[in-house]
Amino acid sequence: MTGKLTHAEPGTASPPARPRTGVPVRMLAGVLARRGVQAVSVALLVSVLCFVITLRLPGDAAYRIAAGRYGSDLVDSESAAAVRTELGLDRPAWVQLGDWLGSLVQLDLGRSLVTSRPVAQEVAFYLVGTLQLATAALVVAVVLGTGLGVAAARRPGGLVDRLVAVWVASVRAVPPFLLGLLLVVVVSAQLGLLPAVGHGTAASLVLPVTTLGAGLSGLVAGVTRDTVVEVHRSEWVRFARTKGLSERWVVLRHVVRNAAVVLVPYLGVQAVVLVEGVVVVESLFSWQGLGHALVHATFWRDVPVLQATALVLALLVVTVNTVVDLAGVWLDPRPRGAGVAS
Amino acid sequence: MTATSTTAVSTTPTPTLVTGPDRGDGRAGRARRHRTARLASWGGLGLVALLALAGPALLPDPAAQDLGRYLEPPSVAEPLGRDEYGRSVLARLAHATRLSLVLALGCVATAVVLGTVTGVLAARLGGWVDAGLRAVSEAFVAVPALLVVLLVAAMAPAGSLVALYVGIALAQWVEYFRVVRARSSRVLGSTAVQAAGLLDLGTVHVLRRHLLPELRPLVATLAPLGLVTSVLAMSTLGFVKVGLQPPRAELGLMVTESFPFYDVAPWLCLAPVAVLFVITVSLLGLRETEEIR
Repeated sequence: MTGKLTHAEPGTASPPARPRTGVPVRMLAGVLARRGVQAVSVALLVSVLCFVITLRLPGDAAYRIAAGRYGSDLVDSESAAAVRTELGLDRPAWVQLGDWLGSLVQLDLGRSLVTSRPVAQEVAFYLVGTLQLATAALVVAVVLGTGLGVAAARRPGGLVDRLVAVWVASVRAVPPFLLGLLLVVVVSAQLGLLPAVGHGTAASLVLPVTTLGAGLSGLVAGVTRDTVVEVHRSEWVRFARTKGLSERWVVLRHVVRNAAVVLVPYLGVQAVVLVEGVVVVESLFSWQGLGHALVHATFWRDVPVLQATALVLALLVVTVNTVVDLAGVWLDPRPRGAGVAS
Repeated sequence: MTATSTTAVSTTPTPTLVTGPDRGDGRAGRARRHRTARLASWGGLGLVALLALAGPALLPDPAAQDLGRYLEPPSVAEPLGRDEYGRSVLARLAHATRLSLVLALGCVATAVVLGTVTGVLAARLGGWVDAGLRAVSEAFVAVPALLVVLLVAAMAPAGSLVALYVGIALAQWVEYFRVVRARSSRVLGSTAVQAAGLLDLGTVHVLRRHLLPELRPLVATLAPLGLVTSVLAMSTLGFVKVGLQPPRAELGLMVTESFPFYDVAPWLCLAPVAVLFVITVSLLGLRETEEIR
């Protein structure tokens, strides 16, 4: 079954070596090292940006924070001054930055400037909400996307294929906030079926997940279709059939794995898109998650929360990509040049 | 999220929707479809550009309020009616469209220049410069564009245009950097460039004759997508109220502001949505045809 190993273009995986060969340790170490460096550089990038925000905080930060705490009509210079001395906003910036990075290294994320609760606590709470939403949306996207993609690939150029192509194109053309808006208008406002906002009940999960999942599913469907068509036409699948393998085994042993080699890295790329979608969809549906918190923190210039949420979201992307890389190495242990998984 | 916001995908080729020989119609049919698609895309863009360019000159002041004409329905004089402050919706739409397009063009141009220059430098110099730039780009790849824009937007007073521009451009440069760097290092290592070096033709010659022809189509394919990303990022931020601030006319903001009046005046909401839709579809259509050719 091992054909001639040629240089594998992305999208035309040559037949992998026999399954269950040991995964090369060096490749694993390489993946982990690369992603570790990426995680550190991401943390630095976000922190430096947040530090610049504190430097450049427009207007009087103390006033804003006091307004966030006591309501905007109860603020006077006295309460603002109290906030200023309490939070040390009157020290020179570089001193504050020193504190900042020092506490970040100690994993102390500080306290929210608005609610003055520990940020770590708040972020942990929001993270759960985001993970719920993202996981559900990913499941919807993968199931729907691969299903549609495989269905379309059965007969390229057929009716199903064309319908799926239309679906992919239309999902691409509608940005998530419009898609969400559309769902709110149709499902909640016009039909009164589901709650548009809120958090906690199963029903309130449906609309946000549909919004996120639908957007991603179009992309997954397109890639799945192209990959499966490609794999089906390949020489080794033809050979497997010639050999007399039943269609079921051809699909299970050859098509699925080779298609997965292309699909899995693509899902890693989608992690970035998913996080962006999370920010928008959570804000739209007032879903208690990191994206919602991030937008609020931006609005109130609550820098500790801003930094923590941005950091966690970015690290989420790195984590997903690490898992994807490892899965890719496991699926396709052939040695490869630099820059295959990105 | 639609594909309109993927950051830096240089290794996975984006799937083309119309695939080659299996559509069941011949080459001529495909070519005809592409021509129509291209024409339709350019037509859509032309319409939007017309609205953006001619609109502000011909229409009344978008900020002029007339509370007596609260939520006036569309008429011949006002094709899109008036909003909750009695402002002309068409005039506001024209200004918002102009803002979106100009900002998007500015952001993409900046990102292209920044990404190309750094990419070529990294490929040419190698060593520490390359390592440093790659580390920075790795960081940017992992941070979703929207986060970068949010963080940069938070540095300036609320509703600052400059912050928005810097943020969107910063979020996009990495895409061009990665693609340009990969292609440049291949070109610069090629025998043709070696020969040029032996002939002592100089750097300018290598840039003009070897690099530019290779890089131009790459950038041309990425740029429409970048424009879509910029327009959508801007309206998305306006929509969640951390982008530009009222009373400025901006597409995303207009959607948000008109939402409470949806059941009495649906045209308020539909107008900006329609413009966004036309921009997105036309640019994506252009890109699809680019890819297939």
